Amino acid sequence: MLSSARQRVKSACIAFAAFLRREGFWWAVTLAALTPLFWLLWRAASGDLGVDPVNTINNVTGRAAMIALFLSLACTPLSTMFGFHRALTVRKSLGLIAFFYASLHLLNFVGLDYGLNLELIVRDALLSKPYILAGSLAFLLLLPLALTSTRGWMRRLGKRWKRLHRLVYVAGALAVLHFLWQAKAPERWEPMIYGALLSLLLVVRIPRIRRSLSIRSTQAVKNAARANRTWQPSE
Amino acid sequence: MVKISPSEITPEHVYLNRRKFMAAAGAAVGSLALAACSAAPLTGRGATIVEDKPPAAPVRRAENLPPALAHAEPTAGADRDELGDPLNKFEEITNYNNFYEFSTNKEAVAVEAAKFNPYPWQVEVTGLVNNPFVIDIDDIYKRYTQEERIYRLRCVEAWSMVIPWVGFPLASLLKDADPKSAAKYVKFVTVYRPEEMRGQRMNILEWPYQEGLRLDEAMHPLTILATGMYGKPLTNQQGAPIRLVVPWKYGFKSIKSIVTIELTEEMPATTWSTAAPHEYGFYANVNPTVDHPRWSQASERRIGELGRRPTLMFNGYAEEVAYLYEGMDLRRNY
Repeated sequence: MLSSARQRVKSACIAFAAFLRREGFWWAVTLAALTPLFWLLWRAASGDLGVDPVNTINNVTGRAAMIALFLSLACTPLSTMFGFHRALTVRKSLGLIAFFYASLHLLNFVGLDYGLNLELIVRDALLSKPYILAGSLAFLLLLPLALTSTRGWMRRLGKRWKRLHRLVYVAGALAVLHFLWQAKAPERWEPMIYGALLSLLLVVRIPRIRRSLSIRSTQAVKNAARANRTWQPSE
Repeated sequence: MVKISPSEITPEHVYLNRRKFMAAAGAAVGSLALAACSAAPLTGRGATIVEDKPPAAPVRRAENLPPALAHAEPTAGADRDELGDPLNKFEEITNYNNFYEFSTNKEAVAVEAAKFNPYPWQVEVTGLVNNPFVIDIDDIYKRYTQEERIYRLRCVEAWSMVIPWVGFPLASLLKDADPKSAAKYVKFVTVYRPEEMRGQRMNILEWPYQEGLRLDEAMHPLTILATGMYGKPLTNQQGAPIRLVVPWKYGFKSIKSIVTIELTEEMPATTWSTAAPHEYGFYANVNPTVDHPRWSQASERRIGELGRRPTLMFNGYAEEVAYLYEGMDLRRNY
């Protein structure tokens, strides 16, 4: 009796460990990326969204969208440069979460800030605030990427899928401009940091730089393997 | 006459302590009785204990303050402005402040400003005047009748509030200084205390903050020096103990925590127009038809509301102030 119960607990533990090994990283990153959302919901539920809730929601969703997008863009270089291939498993999830935050950001702007007043949105925002135009374009570019993020669309589009999804760099650059153009001079350091990060992520994708970096990394892998061999003399 | 030897007299602190003890005992008995039958009336005796507590913060004692600033709770003479819009709450006004001397985060300024101690405070009135003087904030309270002014505040960032200021016309102070005929402008300077204002230790703007008005703008009856809000002295985050309020101009013109008022012949340099000359001008009149280079000024969000409302010419004070700018190109003089 007792031993069978212990057996069951043991096998459950093994199954859970296997699950963690397989999907733990994905869940950890996804949940971490959703914490800004949980935080906003918690603050909203306790009636503590600050003096200007529209502004609070705007700032949290905007930053979260930008950071999730950049993390998603960092996945491929992390895999090719540092051999951290697991990063590739969260690339799509992070991209979709970025799109989700961008949607909340847009809904907040259209609904809570401008009260769905389309005429005012066009005249007062789109046509007269360049940063709104940049942000809107960034969102429009992310939309087809989110829609075609499924495996089905990947198969259907074949080679064109990769080309289409290169738009993410343009969207990222527009998002940085969107952030930069609305910032006052003393606050520009933050969008500047995002801009620098985006540039770095783009630079490591330049074929020649990527090749030199990945050669070094394969060299590093080889070296590590050799070192590993010398450290196991007993075999 | 009965002679009382000094040893028979109870020293005051013992006497007071005894009263305190009795009051406490009375309260304890009272609460016991209350617990026992719940119908016993609560006497006022227990309440005297509260008076023995030391004052919570080094705040200005009420007897120094004029009646308009001496309210214990936020108090206003009306609950709306003249256009019928409700006042913003005390908590909103004191927790959403652009005061870069403390923080660039509007909701963090109140916390950062808590350590600032404005008292004692003096304002120097100098420059092209026949009667330059330095005046203590207590004398300002005494010399100039403090009165309530309910004004809209429109920030250049396109949000707005309705605020019940307490203060007095800047004109009264300037008349006492007796400007010389050469004086054309008024320059204002904020206190420079980097040890108390952490923003001033950072290179975000040129410190100390400076602002300016044309003399006729400064003499306009709507222009006030505010010393309080909601019937209480200004909080640190609002620019204690004295600040400018020019309701038809963007909020950044209404300089906080003023130490110097100087009359000049030349247009004074102002902090924001120095930092970004193509974005912020000397005049900074609220004007829905002249956009900030990076955003429209046609609409604004009233704090506490969802959606937007159209921005009014001169922030709704056009009837009172438009004549000051007759014949001027407001697009050029932004």
